[in-house]
Amino acid sequence: MAMNYPILTILIFLPLAGALALVPFWRRERWAKGIAMGCAVVELALAGRLLFAAAGLPAASGAPGGYFLWEDHVWIERFGIRYTLGMDGISLLMVALTAFITLLAMLVSWRGIRERVPLHYLMLLVMESGIMGVFLAQDLFLFYLFWEVMLIPMFFLIGIWGHGRRIYSAVKFFIYTMAGSLLMLLAIIGIYLIHGARGGNYTFALHDLIGTPLDPGTALWLFAAFLFAFAIKVPVFPLHTWLPDAHTDAPTAGSVILAGLLLKTGAYGLIRFGYPLFPTAAKAVTPLLLTLAVIGIVYGSWVAYAQEDMKRLVAYSSVGHMGFVALGIAVWSPVALSGAVLQMVNHGITTGALFALVGMLDERTDTREISAYGGLWGKVPLLAFFFLLFSMASAGLPGLNNFVGEFLILAGAFRVTPVAVVIAFVGIVLPLIYTVRLVQQLLFVEERRPLTLPDLSLREGAILAVLALTAVYLGVHPAPLLGLLKVSVALLTGGLP
Amino acid sequence: METLVMPAINFAAIMPETILSIVAMVLLLLNVFVPGEQKAYLAYLSLIGIVVAFFSVVSGWNAPLPMQEGFNGSVLQDNFSLFFKAIFLISAGLAVLISDHYMVKEECNYGELYPLILFATAGMMLMASGTDLMTIFLGLEVLSVSLYVLAGYNRSNIKSNEAGLKYFLLGAFSTGFLLYGMALTYGATGTTKIAKIASAAALDATLSSNPMFVVGMLLMAVGFSFKIAAAPFHMWTPDVYEGAPTPMTAFMSAGPKAAGFAAFIRVLMVAMPTLKADWSDLLWILAVLTMTVGNIIALSQNNIKRMLAYSSIAHAGYALVGFTAGNGEGTAGILFYMLSYAFMNIGAFAIIILVGKKGEPNNNVEDYAGFGVKHPVLAMIMALFLFSLAGMPPTAGFVGKFYLFSAALKSGYVWLVVIGVLNSAASCYYYLRVMVYMYMKDPVEEFDWMKLSPAIWASIAISAVGVIVPGIVPSIILQLAQKAILL
Repeated sequence: MAMNYPILTILIFLPLAGALALVPFWRRERWAKGIAMGCAVVELALAGRLLFAAAGLPAASGAPGGYFLWEDHVWIERFGIRYTLGMDGISLLMVALTAFITLLAMLVSWRGIRERVPLHYLMLLVMESGIMGVFLAQDLFLFYLFWEVMLIPMFFLIGIWGHGRRIYSAVKFFIYTMAGSLLMLLAIIGIYLIHGARGGNYTFALHDLIGTPLDPGTALWLFAAFLFAFAIKVPVFPLHTWLPDAHTDAPTAGSVILAGLLLKTGAYGLIRFGYPLFPTAAKAVTPLLLTLAVIGIVYGSWVAYAQEDMKRLVAYSSVGHMGFVALGIAVWSPVALSGAVLQMVNHGITTGALFALVGMLDERTDTREISAYGGLWGKVPLLAFFFLLFSMASAGLPGLNNFVGEFLILAGAFRVTPVAVVIAFVGIVLPLIYTVRLVQQLLFVEERRPLTLPDLSLREGAILAVLALTAVYLGVHPAPLLGLLKVSVALLTGGLP
Repeated sequence: METLVMPAINFAAIMPETILSIVAMVLLLLNVFVPGEQKAYLAYLSLIGIVVAFFSVVSGWNAPLPMQEGFNGSVLQDNFSLFFKAIFLISAGLAVLISDHYMVKEECNYGELYPLILFATAGMMLMASGTDLMTIFLGLEVLSVSLYVLAGYNRSNIKSNEAGLKYFLLGAFSTGFLLYGMALTYGATGTTKIAKIASAAALDATLSSNPMFVVGMLLMAVGFSFKIAAAPFHMWTPDVYEGAPTPMTAFMSAGPKAAGFAAFIRVLMVAMPTLKADWSDLLWILAVLTMTVGNIIALSQNNIKRMLAYSSIAHAGYALVGFTAGNGEGTAGILFYMLSYAFMNIGAFAIIILVGKKGEPNNNVEDYAGFGVKHPVLAMIMALFLFSLAGMPPTAGFVGKFYLFSAALKSGYVWLVVIGVLNSAASCYYYLRVMVYMYMKDPVEEFDWMKLSPAIWASIAISAVGVIVPGIVPSIILQLAQKAILL
């Protein structure tokens, strides 16, 4: 199938156009919801079409290896900034995840958001544009632009529709990430100037900058700046402190997008930009990153165990799960890297689903305290079933999606660093402990407070059913996704496809 | 008997200044006959003058050298000064647009305001195109005297009086520094012409270590630092900005600051390149102090005008980062940044004027609670200006900061840029705070006193376009700025 229209540009700017189209409807909630949902559905359809067609697409002309879609235009000539978008297997998976999770986020907030509804959907659409841009940009300046644009809607989502200390969390999230990304901007300008001074070709194009010879000291500083920005987003221990606050205080849609997508942008940034641009520096930093990843795995799970608030528990479990992704990246072997990318998708789905479930419970009873619940298995069997399923998926039960990613990461890492893997293995056991506790307290102990709550509505059931099918499918048959990743991962890790 | 040689006078070189001055004088006369409630006509007339002057600026672009030079080499209307003149005219035009509404509301619509704005603008233009220290000084005085009056324009308001008086005293003091510096420079080189100072310093290597010359440079730097409100010479700024009528605060933070930079750049880069080692160290320190002091104090401000005053100090610091770089990129960055800053800052002030009640008792950040609910479109535009001030893409503020910082990195000032970037991150806090109140707090005010006049809408719309378009497609302005650098 030939793509004779700029599908990547459409993927990025359709949601933005939708967001602008919402402005005249700021008093008509139903219309606004409809338009936003329409945009999200079209996005998902486009992404889905690409997902199924990708295997048959030839390499794009003028693009580096592994890319099957490529758009390249001059943007700001004065600085050698280009509008370059490209899609390879990794980008494709991330784009599909983005379209999927955004639609999910819209659906879960369908009833929960009652105030300033059009603005909420506008923010979700702007968010989608920004994230799509991050996953598709192949020019460092363009990437940075989308990277920053992502921040703004999330700030408003947490601050306007959040709970608890929402303003504190929103501002903390914003300043934390801003500090990281500004240092990355410096490093971007740095490598741009170094590359330009060497050959006279001042450019921000990623694939021109890859391979720029740098002296080790400079490379280390530049990589450190990139690593800092991305590690905040992932988040890598000890830069994770914004995450529990932001997740807990965000509205359900915000948590779903934060966990499902924003954390992925950090890991994606390391894979696409950090490691390829500074391979030697990255190799030098590997022991540090490995250590931090393993600490993150154990620490996140450990702290999750102690949480009384379900949302906070899921948030800390994210720190642990993303530690696995960081481990896979730090090892940088084909198997581990495929596992890391796959784990990003898996984590997006399971954690997104868990946040959605917590949101549904919260909507019904107005509390997220674990101790307030009990006996849900008998009262709301459908909801309880899905809760059990996704908890188990999150704990890495074989046959469900997370297991595949974690297994690949550990298998890939074992050859390189057995010690880290042994410790990380604890990180597989610990989630089991806290999920079992969570499931037991919520579903199976006798109810401590008389709660009357309805079971899933059709909308909620449909959301969860789709998620559950995806989780099971990825758990038993991940081969197509791994096939998509194969070429890109091989090229990145230096092997031949 | 010697024949008297007339110096070469070329009015084309000061055409925009001439136009503005003539219009201003006509307005002064007309003002006597225009009754109080019709002073808006004066605003329209002054706008016409500004537009005509703008056309003359545009037509002077890329003119051949003989056309640029005038008054025996005392003024030079090169692209550098033309770019600055465009900035001055834009800020003057926007200031006029937002003035009428405010002056009617505050019941101080006396009418002299518009001629004074035009005189101030003519003074700024002379500063930008002056190639003789005396011309620069002349321009500076025309500007300053007009500004002293403008700051104290709301004469029934005690804070405005205070602002005018404070500005006058400190301004006069700083002018003394500047003039003393000029005198010492004249003493060391025997000339006040910028080009001749440069050639004298180039010919005589001992001049660079001549204390008289170096101290002259330092004193002039102090004088200009007052004008651009660089720390530690910024003390006048918060009180004056808070007390002055809001449209004049907007005007002062955009135009005169740019004018200060124009003269500062020309004097240091063209007249004193031999002292570059000295003044780039000096600028480094000034930049760090200015950014840090401005941002840190802005963090704790509650009054939004005062907060923007400190933020404007910080922004002068970012521009100084580009100046420290001492290369063409840095100069072009300052040009771009000053233009963007005029749009975003005056735009923000326009909204502050709209929100303010008579006497402006509600200028605190808390008074913006719920603004985003009551006036979604205005709040969105305000958020745009604030994000631009914070340097978020895709706005002009981001491109400008990017330009300045990359220029400094190119010259090797890594630590300076790191400090700048950290400052920039810290500054997000106080801009976000306004947005927190606008969007995330429940409304306490009804905002029902707000009346939208077409003029103020126009200024907000122009500013918004001026912030967003260069943020997305900056190429045209970047090219103009690149052609406007000295050397």
